[in-house]
Amino acid sequence: MSRYFTEDHEWIDVDGDIGTVGISEYAQSQLGDIVFVDVPEDGKELTKGDEAAVVESVKAASDVYAPASGTVLEGNPALSDTPELVNEDPEGDGWFFKITLSDPSELEELMDESAYATFVSKL
Amino acid sequence: MTINQSGWRPTMTEKGGESAASTFTGNKALMLEEALIFEIGSTETTGVDFTGTPAESDAAMPAKAYLAGLEREAPIGLPGLSEPEAVRHYTRLSRQNYAIDLGLFPLGSCTMKHNPRLNEKMARLPGFADVHPLQPVDTVQGALEVIHQLAHWLVTLTGMHSVAMSPKAGAHGELCGILAIKAALAARGEDRRVILVPESAHGTNPATAAFAGFAVEDIPATADGRVDTAALKARLGPDVAGVMITNPNTCGLFERDLKEISDAVHAAGGYVYCDGANFNAIVGRVRPGDLGVDAMHINLHKTFSTPHGGGGPGSGPVVLSEALTPYAPLPFVEQRDGRFELVEEETAGEHHAASFGRMVAFHGQMGMFTRALTYILSHGADGLRQVAEDAVLNANYVLRSLEDVLDAPFGGAGPCMHEALFSDANLAEGFSTLDVAKGLIDEGYHPMTVYFPLVVHGAMLVEPTETESKAALDQFVGALRSVAERAKAGDPALKTAPHFAPRSRLDETQAARKPVLVWKDAEPALAAE
Repeated sequence: MSRYFTEDHEWIDVDGDIGTVGISEYAQSQLGDIVFVDVPEDGKELTKGDEAAVVESVKAASDVYAPASGTVLEGNPALSDTPELVNEDPEGDGWFFKITLSDPSELEELMDESAYATFVSKL
Repeated sequence: MTINQSGWRPTMTEKGGESAASTFTGNKALMLEEALIFEIGSTETTGVDFTGTPAESDAAMPAKAYLAGLEREAPIGLPGLSEPEAVRHYTRLSRQNYAIDLGLFPLGSCTMKHNPRLNEKMARLPGFADVHPLQPVDTVQGALEVIHQLAHWLVTLTGMHSVAMSPKAGAHGELCGILAIKAALAARGEDRRVILVPESAHGTNPATAAFAGFAVEDIPATADGRVDTAALKARLGPDVAGVMITNPNTCGLFERDLKEISDAVHAAGGYVYCDGANFNAIVGRVRPGDLGVDAMHINLHKTFSTPHGGGGPGSGPVVLSEALTPYAPLPFVEQRDGRFELVEEETAGEHHAASFGRMVAFHGQMGMFTRALTYILSHGADGLRQVAEDAVLNANYVLRSLEDVLDAPFGGAGPCMHEALFSDANLAEGFSTLDVAKGLIDEGYHPMTVYFPLVVHGAMLVEPTETESKAALDQFVGALRSVAERAKAGDPALKTAPHFAPRSRLDETQAARKPVLVWKDAEPALAAE
């Protein structure tokens, strides 16, 4: 299983043709306390770069973009009652949604963990 | 009956211990602790006496029989206050509020300026205050003349062709302008679906465009806080209906390229909406019509000093270019043969047949029209020009007085307009814009606008307005400097500020995650039976 990052601070774990998407530790630290997450509906078709989810903190509401194209398998059901999971464990239990990838080759354009760390250090 | 369920007392120290000065009531002299409205009063103290009401047990005529089956079956859930109790409740609460009549109100983008009392005097004249929108026009000629005169001055000040007076506030005015653009495109038979909105625009702009059915696309800002003109021009095309630009923008900067942008948008077949919320910075100095603007709302409650922020209502007339004028909403006032008439659906005839419709039931905010016209006439051309100059001068005074302690991201881009913008870059690790804002409450000020505009990290947007004296500005600058220095030094007490407000720092996260929206009585009251 490998993990990729986007310049918009989403991460995606890929296992076979299933990707799990969330926002990075850096993103949650910038957003501050998260109070609401709107995850996409099961079966929704997403094209890479589409607005897939909405995350709202005490400071701002932000869109979360699909890091790759595919069909939404499920949203994280825990986030509706406990959005704080995104603050507590953004790159684990605070995942947003799972997606069946339609074109895994799109992942090649994303950053790996060390490239993303370098990217964030320059922000 | 539980009073003050939060347990807070003004006498509480930081650690929650009772100070020697605690009082029986929880009041601290004139700083009054006030319970929630459901925690005071009683629904049993008022009611109706039936003449000769027999006892409940009187089988011949029980009390309920008088109600003819209309008796209440469940508690009504309303508070039970007598008139003096209700007056005191709200007056006590009002003493915990902040207002422009109490002090400088630095909310950026809101233009909280003094409301001259002359405006109020004029608005209270019975011929303006007591008119009804359905009165025969013969009986309200003076009121219609006020609307007509104000329209004349708004058109003159902006260099535009006409004005729609009825929109009720800024965002409503935006919608009016965008609907006029939509109607103009429909009349041309063109299906343009995209509205471009720069990052430096007001947050309501994209919402307005989306509400009117357009797709919204962002245009980035340049490093100096202005619209990226090249990026905007590159995006123009046959699918672009128009752009919405805020000028001066939310970074407090004048969009110098607006004429160039307007020309390019017009050449590409689109229209230019200008968010005129910040018109107070340029009134008397710049006419948006000269910059190629097609529609712009004017917040009478900002630029022309009519009350808002709880004192409202707002009022947002929209000035229109010649191209958009045919599509303006009804109604409007026309002068014919020395007589003022209301042009409505029945009377629009062929000379205004293309109107996109109506924004509101009646004619707009009469009270605000009267106040705004009073403001314009009492200031005159030179006075209005000085409004803009002093607003800009005051904002630059704040900017330059604080840029050594707070980071001013566009401080190097030259003078600001009517508002000074700072970021959180200089604050100590773990300290945020929110802490500075809360600290300012302890200093006796309403905080500035925070976390807006979004293009600046931890933005603090200060708009002092022209109505503040140098002494008032110096005191505010001193207060903000003191709080900013504490945030730079990492003063832990600032993390829990405010300490002297009627309530200390609220748990905003918990309030958003688990909001309690309905008051629940601890013990279901029998009182409301």
